[in-house]
Amino acid sequence: MAYAYTPFPYSPPPGLTAPEPRHPVVIVGAGPIGLSMAVDLALRGVKSVVLDDNNVVSLGSRAICWAKRTLEIFDRLGIGERMLEKGVTWKVGRQFHGAREVYNFDLLPEPGHKYPAFVNLQQYYVEEYLVERAQDFPDLIDLRFLNKVTDHKGHTDHVELTVETPDGPYTLETDWYIACDGAGSATRKRMNLPFEGQTFDEHFLIADVEMETSPFGDHDTPERWFWFAPPFHNGQSALLHKQPDNIYRIDLQLGPETDPKAEATEQKVVPRLKQMLGEAPFRLDWMSVYKFRCARLEKFVHDRVVFVGDSAHVVSPFGARGGNGGVQDVDNLGWKLAAVVHGDARPSLIETYNIERGHGADENMRHSARATNFMTPKSPIEALFRDQVLTLASEHPFARKLINSGRLSQPCSLAHSPLQTAGDAPLRPGSALIDAPLIGARGESWLLREVQGQFTLLAVGEIAAPEVPGLDRIGVGQSHDRYRCFDDHQGHAQRRYGSGFLYLLRPDGHVCAVFDQPDSAAIARAFDRAKGAAA
Amino acid sequence: MILDDNLGPEGDCVYAALMAAHEGLSEAESHSLNARLVLMLANEVGDPARLEALFKAARSLA
Repeated sequence: MAYAYTPFPYSPPPGLTAPEPRHPVVIVGAGPIGLSMAVDLALRGVKSVVLDDNNVVSLGSRAICWAKRTLEIFDRLGIGERMLEKGVTWKVGRQFHGAREVYNFDLLPEPGHKYPAFVNLQQYYVEEYLVERAQDFPDLIDLRFLNKVTDHKGHTDHVELTVETPDGPYTLETDWYIACDGAGSATRKRMNLPFEGQTFDEHFLIADVEMETSPFGDHDTPERWFWFAPPFHNGQSALLHKQPDNIYRIDLQLGPETDPKAEATEQKVVPRLKQMLGEAPFRLDWMSVYKFRCARLEKFVHDRVVFVGDSAHVVSPFGARGGNGGVQDVDNLGWKLAAVVHGDARPSLIETYNIERGHGADENMRHSARATNFMTPKSPIEALFRDQVLTLASEHPFARKLINSGRLSQPCSLAHSPLQTAGDAPLRPGSALIDAPLIGARGESWLLREVQGQFTLLAVGEIAAPEVPGLDRIGVGQSHDRYRCFDDHQGHAQRRYGSGFLYLLRPDGHVCAVFDQPDSAAIARAFDRAKGAAA
Repeated sequence: MILDDNLGPEGDCVYAALMAAHEGLSEAESHSLNARLVLMLANEVGDPARLEALFKAARSLA
């Protein structure tokens, strides 16, 4: 069934009639990134105003593949379970060359995780859930639809904005301006900031179809199917995903010599889809013909203007690194911005967002550009090597790993960040946490649920967590009367974290220091460093 | 990276075997075989730093 778009209500903002006091945070853009930012800040008691020029959720499914790490962040924000319930869970990818399967991968072969490798869910549902979640914080989140920012002027300690509404313009002042206004960011354009990288010439058709008969066959096991030289399409590649509501996502590579206007019509698209789907009836739900690029801003922080998500960096869609990368930006920035707004950290802490997520953006762009180069060879010799990889892959395991139809989103390591303290343990500083099932005084739980959101000292197995001022402690696989302890009943936590280690965990679910001795002075030093004392 | 002789007395033999591997193939088929060989040898070497040095040394003569 097609998604029913319900407009969000507009009400005239107070700034139309009287000047508003300066706001701590204004978020520009109510897409998945802007809304996540507002919810993250609200959970930390920080007020924000969210401005959006539109008043409905995303038109078309757009971002659909939400990675495990993103789901864990959404769990903290309060919509993860809803996404899991509605979305389509998958973890296996199959790659075909012609009609023949040459390689498949399982992204999460082991049990003991709350969230799967991937959940497919249309961006409009994610935005709907986030808007409803934001409405849980009426005193902290001020959602203003049909409020279009037409100008802004940055100062060293605040930003002035001009906003257009159906009732005319008004002005706002804010300590922090968070630009979540997407790939075409008007904020970025007004500031005339270079957005540089690699452009790809190939056109792709993206289409959502609703159908009762599953293109995955009788069992309808949702997976990610990718074809090189598909037998049903006169082009280099094709991709198939399942979404909720019997909607299937199809990507067809069209080549560089394509007229996007002529291609994005039902007359052209329906016959192409029929070649793939056969005679089974389907309804075309949404389509788009696009080219893509990998590009980023040199700096994500410009005094009090901070770029988050696609406004800061864009990648090709193969690998699901756009939306997932943006949610990780939010996770990284949220606790830092809250600490600065509350006066617990200096504004220079925000610079570490630029360093850490700039590193993440580079990693995402590198993976995405390599996948795109593999899928769209630029010269006869690139095509020759690509084809020979596919030929070798049917016989030899080493070549299967070289097939690149997108390396799917993984959290990037923060190992080289100035906030980390070097050390050695099964999970090293800079790594994203790995979930594990636990049992505590209040029943079953998950490691991530217990530790995400604030700095935590986690003691695993045969070691006690010393008291460090301002730091929460929890124990796993041990008992202690001064802090909460959990039973590692399936042994997953100790398999993943070892025994006899202390882990200092960041609010964004990354390890920032590890210890094999309960040295409270060393832990306090690492804690100060992680909060930006050296930044 | 080894650019001094590493094949010893077997050099002529290896060269002849490489030519034999190409015998009877069209030029296009031979190019494909070479591409497969490069990929297989890269996996055989298995060391990214050594491979990078080899790629650079080969490129320097282009």
